Amino acid sequence: MSIAALLCCVALLFVLSVMSATTNRLFNASIPVYAACFVLSLIMLWGGIGHLLTSAADMEMVLPIGLAWTGAHFKLDALAAFFLVIVNLGVAAASFYALGYGRHEEAPHRVLPFYPAFIAAMNLVVLAGDAFTFLFAWEFMSLTSWALVMAHHREKENLHAGYVYIVMASFGTFMLLLAFALLAGPHGHYVFSEMRHNPVLSWRAALVLFLALLGAGSKAGIYPLHVWLPLAHPAAPSHVSGLMSGVMTKVAVYGFIRIVFGLLGGSGENGGMAVLTLGGITAVMGVLYALMQHDLKKLLAFSTVENIGIIFIGLGLALVFKTNGQDAFAALAFTAALFHVFNHSLFKSLLFFGAGAVQTAAQTRDMERLGGLIHRMPQTAFVFLVGCAAISALLPFNGFASEWLTFQAIIQGPVPSHWGLKMLVPASGAMLALAAALAAACFVKVYGIVFLGRPRTEKAKNAVETDRFSLTAMFMLALLCLLAGIFPGFVINVLTPTVREMTGAHMPHHAEGLTLVPVSAVRSSYNGLLVFAFMVFSAGLVALLARRLGGGTPRRAPAWDCGFPLEDPQTQYTAESFAQPIRRVFGRSLFRASERVEMPPPGSSAPARLVQESHDAAWEGIYDRISSRVFCVAERMDRFQFLSIRHYLGIVFLSLILLLGVLALWF
Amino acid sequence: MVLIEKLILQGVQMAAVLLLAPLLVGIARKTKARLLRRQGASLFQPYRELLRLLRKTPVIAENASWLFRGAPCLILAFTWLAASLVPTFTTGLVFGRAVDLIAIVALLASARFLLALAGMDIGTSFGGIGSSREMMISTLAEPAMMMIVFTLALIAGSTQLSVISDYIASTSVGLRVSLGLALVALMIVALAENARIPVDNPATHLELTMVHEAMVLEYSGRHLAMIELAAAVKLLLYVSLISCIFVPWGFAQAGDNWEAYVLAEVFYLGKLAISGGLLALFETSIAKMRVFRVPDFLNVALMMSLLATLLLFVSERF
Repeated sequence: MSIAALLCCVALLFVLSVMSATTNRLFNASIPVYAACFVLSLIMLWGGIGHLLTSAADMEMVLPIGLAWTGAHFKLDALAAFFLVIVNLGVAAASFYALGYGRHEEAPHRVLPFYPAFIAAMNLVVLAGDAFTFLFAWEFMSLTSWALVMAHHREKENLHAGYVYIVMASFGTFMLLLAFALLAGPHGHYVFSEMRHNPVLSWRAALVLFLALLGAGSKAGIYPLHVWLPLAHPAAPSHVSGLMSGVMTKVAVYGFIRIVFGLLGGSGENGGMAVLTLGGITAVMGVLYALMQHDLKKLLAFSTVENIGIIFIGLGLALVFKTNGQDAFAALAFTAALFHVFNHSLFKSLLFFGAGAVQTAAQTRDMERLGGLIHRMPQTAFVFLVGCAAISALLPFNGFASEWLTFQAIIQGPVPSHWGLKMLVPASGAMLALAAALAAACFVKVYGIVFLGRPRTEKAKNAVETDRFSLTAMFMLALLCLLAGIFPGFVINVLTPTVREMTGAHMPHHAEGLTLVPVSAVRSSYNGLLVFAFMVFSAGLVALLARRLGGGTPRRAPAWDCGFPLEDPQTQYTAESFAQPIRRVFGRSLFRASERVEMPPPGSSAPARLVQESHDAAWEGIYDRISSRVFCVAERMDRFQFLSIRHYLGIVFLSLILLLGVLALWF
Repeated sequence: MVLIEKLILQGVQMAAVLLLAPLLVGIARKTKARLLRRQGASLFQPYRELLRLLRKTPVIAENASWLFRGAPCLILAFTWLAASLVPTFTTGLVFGRAVDLIAIVALLASARFLLALAGMDIGTSFGGIGSSREMMISTLAEPAMMMIVFTLALIAGSTQLSVISDYIASTSVGLRVSLGLALVALMIVALAENARIPVDNPATHLELTMVHEAMVLEYSGRHLAMIELAAAVKLLLYVSLISCIFVPWGFAQAGDNWEAYVLAEVFYLGKLAISGGLLALFETSIAKMRVFRVPDFLNVALMMSLLATLLLFVSERF
C-alpha cells in the first residue's frame, strides 16, 4: 500500500472528526463513527503489516502544506511501519470494543469528534518525515487526548487530571522542540533524512538524548515524569484509556527511538547507562505504585509505567551494545524491547477494556466495592484472567516471551568493559526480575479482589455480563496474546526489517517460527508451542487421572474457613490489606510508609484507628516544590497588577532602554 | 529408534518424579520424627494419605467458581511439568532443549499465581491472608532465583539446565565464590518456596502464622490430593535442581545401556534420601520466624545471589 493511501485514511479520519462535530447535536453517531474508525484502522493496519512482511523499500511523500520552503514530509520506513501496526491494531480493537461500550457513554458529543482526530494524530506522528510535521502531529495528539480526558469534566478529579496533563504535555513538546532545534543544526535541516546525514556530535548529542528522554519520556511515563499518566488515563472513557495506555505511550517510545536511534544514530556509553538506569527505576517504581492503588484503572495506568520501564531497559541495553560495536546483541536487546512494545499494547488494551466492562456493570472502579464478578461476568472474567497472566509474564503467554528475550540480552551479552556498566547491567536484570515478581503479586491482587471472593456491594452483586462487541474485541486480544506467546519466532521474523534498520544487525531468522534461539541453541532456546503442548498434555493427563481415581462428584457446602465463616462480605481481604505486607517490606524506605494505631484513652467510647501514611517522593520532592515556587513568584508579581499608568509607562521605557543596551553590547 | 528411546526416557522421568515425590516427604517426616525421639509414621504414609484424599468426595464451598475447581489440576500439571524438565538421572532429556531454567521458574510462578487466586476465590479471610503472604514471599524469592539463574548462566554460558549440569561436571570449574553464594541462596529460596521452616510450617493448622496451609484451607478430597502432591513434587524439584547443579555426578549419558540408567536412578534415590534427611535436620534445629522477619531472611538470598552475579561481571574467575 502506498503512503498516499495511508495519508488518505488519515485525511478521512479528520473528515470524520469534523462531521461528527457538526452532527452530534442531531443524533448519537457513535456506531457509524466507531465503525468507520474500525474500518480505516484495519486498512492502515494492513498497509503496515504488508510493508513489514514484504520488506518493501522506504516510501516518501512531500505535500505542499506546513512550513514554507520545506513542505510536509511523510515517510514510511520499517520503524514507522512497525509502529503503524501497533497503533492501528490497538485502534481497531478499541473501535470495535467501543461499538458496544460507546452506547453507555453519557456525553457522546464530548468524545466522538475527538476520537477520530486522536487516532489520525497518532498515525501522523508515526508517518511524519520532518521535524515540523512531527511536532505538529505530536502536539495535536496531546491536545485531542487532553480533550478526551476532559470528556467528563464535571468530576473534580478529572479537572485536576486534565490540568496536570496539559502542563506535562506542553513541557514534553517543548523539550522535543529544543531537541529538534539542536538536531537541525545551524543550517536548518528539518527533514529527517537530512538530519541523519548531518549528525550532531559531542555535548550536543548528549543534550539531544537528554531532551528526548525528557520529551518523549514524559509522554511515555518515565519515572519521575510519569505523574500525569495515572491521573489522565483513568479519567478518559475506557476505550480511550486503553488507547492512551496501550498505544499512545508506544507512540512516545517511537518518538524516542526515532530521535535517538534514527536521527542521532545511538548514544555514548553514558547515554545508554542513563536510559538503562531510568528503565530499571521506572519498572520497579511503577509496579510498586500500582500495588498500592485500589482504583482499578489507576492501577492499570501505573502498571503501564512499569512496562515502559521494561521497554526502556531493552532500549538502554541496545544503546550500550551498539556503542561497543556489538551489533548482534544490540539487535537482540532491541528486538526484546520492540516485542514488549507489541505485547504490552495487546494486554494493556485488553485489561483496560475489561476494566471498562467492570465499570459499566458495577458503576465503580474502586476495587474495595467490587468482588465476586466471576459469577456474574464469566466471559469477561476469563479474558481478564488471560490478560493478567500475560502481563505477569506467565507461561505460555506473550509477556513471558519478551521478558525472556530481555533476560537473554542481559545474560548472553558480552561482559562490558566499562566499570559502571559491569554493575549496572546485572542490576538492571535484578530490577527486571523484581518488577516481574511484583507484577505477578499486583495482578493476583487485581483479579482476586475484583473477580473472586464475594461481592462487596449490592451493585457488584447485580452486575451483568457486558455486550457482545466488547467481548469479541477482548477475546481477539486474548487470542493474540496467546498466539504471540506460542509463536514468538514469527513475531521476531516480522520485526527483522525494523531491527536491521535501527541497529544494523538482526536476530537469526527463525525458519519455522517456533523455537526462539537468541544466540545459539546450546546457550538458550525457548519453544513456545512445545511448552504449550506440554502444558495442555500434562493438564489433560492429570485431569483424566483425577477423574478416574477420584471419588464422586463434588458436593457443595458452606465455606469452611477453619470453622468460623463470617457472613459479612466486608470480612474478606481487601485490596488495601492484600498489599499491606508488600507495603511494609518495600514501602518503608521508598514511600516512607508508616502505620500507627491510635488508641482512644481509657473510658472513651471512640473507636481505635489504624492510620496509614505514605509519601510520593516524585510528587512531593519535585512537583510540589516547583508549583510552590511558581506560586511564590506569582504572588510577588501580583504587585504589578495594581500600578498606576505612570508606573506602567515607566516599566515599558525601562525595558526598552535595557533591550537597546543589550543590543548595543552584543554587536 | 533414538527418538523413541528418548521419549521413553522422558516418560520414565515424568513417572519417576510423580511417584517419588511423596517418598521424599515421607523421608523428611520420618527423619524429623526420629530426631525428636518419636517413632514416626511409615515412609509410605504420604502415599496412603494421598490415596485416602483421592477417594473421598470433594466438598466445595457454595460460592466456589470454575477457577477454584480447575486450579488444582493446572497447579499439579505445571509443577509436574517443571519437575520433569529438571534432570534427575540423565541429562539427555529430549524436551530439555525447549525449556530453559528461566522457563522452569516461570512455570512455577504460573502454578503459584493460580494457587494464590484459588485461595482468594471463596472470599474468606484465611484465604486472603495466605495469598497475600505467599505473594509477598514470592516477590523476594523469585528475583533471588532469577539472580541464581544469572550466576549459573554466566559460569556455564547457558541457561539450559542440562548444559549447566554437564559443564559443572565435566570441566574443572573448581571451588568458586559465586557458586558457593548461589548454593546458599538457592537453599534459602528452596525453603521459602516450599513453605518449610523457618519461613512457614507445613504441619501447622489454625494459626495466624500459616501461609501455604491458609491458601488451601477450603480444598478437600481429590482437589486437596492434587495440591498436596503438587507441593511434594515442588519439593522434589528443588532437591533435584540443587543436586543436578551442585552435585552433578552419577548421571547416565546418552547411549548408555539400561543398567547404567538403573544405576543412575538408584544414585538419585540416594541423593533424595540424603537431602530429605538434611532438610529434617535443618528444620528441627531452627525455629519458625515471624512473618515480617521472613523478608530479611529472603533478602539475604537476594543479596547473595546479586553479589554472585556482580562478582562474575567483574571477573569471570570468581
